[in-house]
Amino acid sequence: MTSVLYDAQGPRAKRRNILYTAFFVVALAAVLWWVYASLDEKHQLDWALWKPFFNGSEAYTTYIWPGLENTLKAAALSMVIALPLGAVLGIARLSDHMWVRVPATVVVEFFRAIPVLVLMIFGNELYSQYTDVSSDDRPLYAVVTGLVLYNASVLAEIVRAGILALPKGQSEAAMAIGMRKNQVMRVILLPQAVTTMLPAIVSQLVVIVKDTALGGAVLTFPELLASANTMSGYYGANTIASFTVVAVIFVVINFSLTSFASWLEGRLRRGKKSTGAVLGVDETVNIPGHAGTGTAA
Amino acid sequence: MFDFLDGYDVLGAFWTTVQLTLLSAVGSLVWGTLLAAMRVGPVPLMRGFGTAYVNIVRNIPLTVIILFSSLGLYQTLNITLAAKDTDAINFRLAVLGLIVYTSAFVCEAIRSGINTVPVGQAEAARAIGLSFSQVLFLVVLPQAFRAAVGPLTNVLIALTKNTTVAAAIGVAEAALLMKDMVEKEAQLLLISAIIAFGFCCLTLPTGLILGWVGKKVAVKR
Repeated sequence: MTSVLYDAQGPRAKRRNILYTAFFVVALAAVLWWVYASLDEKHQLDWALWKPFFNGSEAYTTYIWPGLENTLKAAALSMVIALPLGAVLGIARLSDHMWVRVPATVVVEFFRAIPVLVLMIFGNELYSQYTDVSSDDRPLYAVVTGLVLYNASVLAEIVRAGILALPKGQSEAAMAIGMRKNQVMRVILLPQAVTTMLPAIVSQLVVIVKDTALGGAVLTFPELLASANTMSGYYGANTIASFTVVAVIFVVINFSLTSFASWLEGRLRRGKKSTGAVLGVDETVNIPGHAGTGTAA
Repeated sequence: MFDFLDGYDVLGAFWTTVQLTLLSAVGSLVWGTLLAAMRVGPVPLMRGFGTAYVNIVRNIPLTVIILFSSLGLYQTLNITLAAKDTDAINFRLAVLGLIVYTSAFVCEAIRSGINTVPVGQAEAARAIGLSFSQVLFLVVLPQAFRAAVGPLTNVLIALTKNTTVAAAIGVAEAALLMKDMVEKEAQLLLISAIIAFGFCCLTLPTGLILGWVGKKVAVKR
C-alpha cells in the first residue's frame, strides 16, 4: 500500500525529496546537538558515569541481573497463572447458557476497564491486611495479582477471538458427525485455536514484561527499573546512563518477543496444515469490546 | 459509611486524571499522525526515523519513560517545561512522557486505518495528478481516520488507564490518591470500589460512545 501512495519519482520529485531529506537531517542534527549539549553541560557524558557498564561485570551481576531475574519471574508467573484463567473466562463467554456467559462477560469487561496499577495497589494492601505474606514477598505477590487479574481478561478476549476466527465449517462438521458441544470445543476448536492465537499470546507477553516495571516504581518490587534507581545512587548519580542501559535491555527483550510473534504469525499464515485462520500480532491491541472495529495491519 | 472520605479530594484527583488524558490525547494525536505520515511517505530517511521511533518507544515500559522524565529530565538536566512549582513541573513532565509513549500507538492505529483504504483510491488520486501530500491529506487520510476510529478508541482507553503511571512521579491523580487512602484508612474494599467505579465511568462510556461513532463514520465498502 505504502508505495502506491506515490508515483515512481521524476526529476522534480527527486529534487524535492532531497530537499526534504536535507531539511530533516538538519532538524534531526539540531535536536541531537541540543541533547548532546545539555547532557555535556551537566557532565552526564563523563566517562566515570558510564564506566560501570563497560568496565567489569559488577554492575551487571550486582544490580542488573537480579533485577532482570525478578522482572522475568513476575512476568512468567503472571503468564502461567493468567493463561488457564483466561482460557476458562474466554470459553465461558462463548457459552450457550446465559448464567455462565453474563458473569464471565461482566468480569472480563470490569478488569479490562481498570488500570493495572490500581489492581496492584489493591493486591498489595489486601495481602498486608488479610494475609501473613511476609513484607519481602508482598510486592511480588501484589504485582503478579494485578497482572493476572488484568491479563486473564485480556487473554479471555484473545481466546474468544481465536475460537471465533476459526472457519464455521469446523464446528458444523463436528456437530454433523454427532459430537457434543463439549467435545466440539475440546477436541476440534480449542486445539486449532491454540495455534491461531499463539502470536497474540506472545505479544501479550510484551505487555506483561512492560507492566512489571510498575511494581518497581510504585510498590518497591526489586525489578529491573528499581535496580536502575539503586545503581544511579551507588555509581554517583548516573541517572541518564543507568536508565539508558535499562531501556536498552527492555527494548532488546521486547523487540525479540515481538519479532518472534511476527515470525510465528507469518509461519502460521503460510502453513498448509492449518485452516489459515490466525489472530495477528497487531490484533491484540485492537480486540475491542465491540466487534468489527479491529483492523489488522 | 462514607465519613472516611472527608479530607480526600476524590473528584479533584479524577479531574487531574481527565486533564492528563485529554492533554496527552491531543498531543499524541498530532505527533502520532506526523509519525504515520513519515512512515508512509516517499522520503527514506523519514520512513526510517518513523519506524525506529515506533519500534523503540513501543518496547520501553511507560513507567521507565515517565520516571526518566522526572529523574533524568527534571532532576538531572533541570528541564522544567516553563513551570514554576514542583506539582506543575511533574504534571507537565507526565504529559510529555505520555505523549512520547502514546504517539507510537496512535501512529500504528492510523497506519492500520491507511491500510483499509483501497489501493484504487490512491491510484485514482495520482491519476488526476495530485502530489503525494495531496493524495495523503485530501484522499487517503480522511478515509483512514474514519476507519481508525476503532483502533484509536482502544488507544484512548489505554491512555486513560496509563495516566495512573504518573503516580510514580507524584502527580496527584486517582491512583496516587488510592495508594494514600488505602495506607491510612481501613476500608480497603470500599476505597478500591470507589476508584474502580471512577475508572469504569471514564473508560466504559468512552468505548461505547466512540464504538458507536466508529460504526457511524466508517466508510461502507
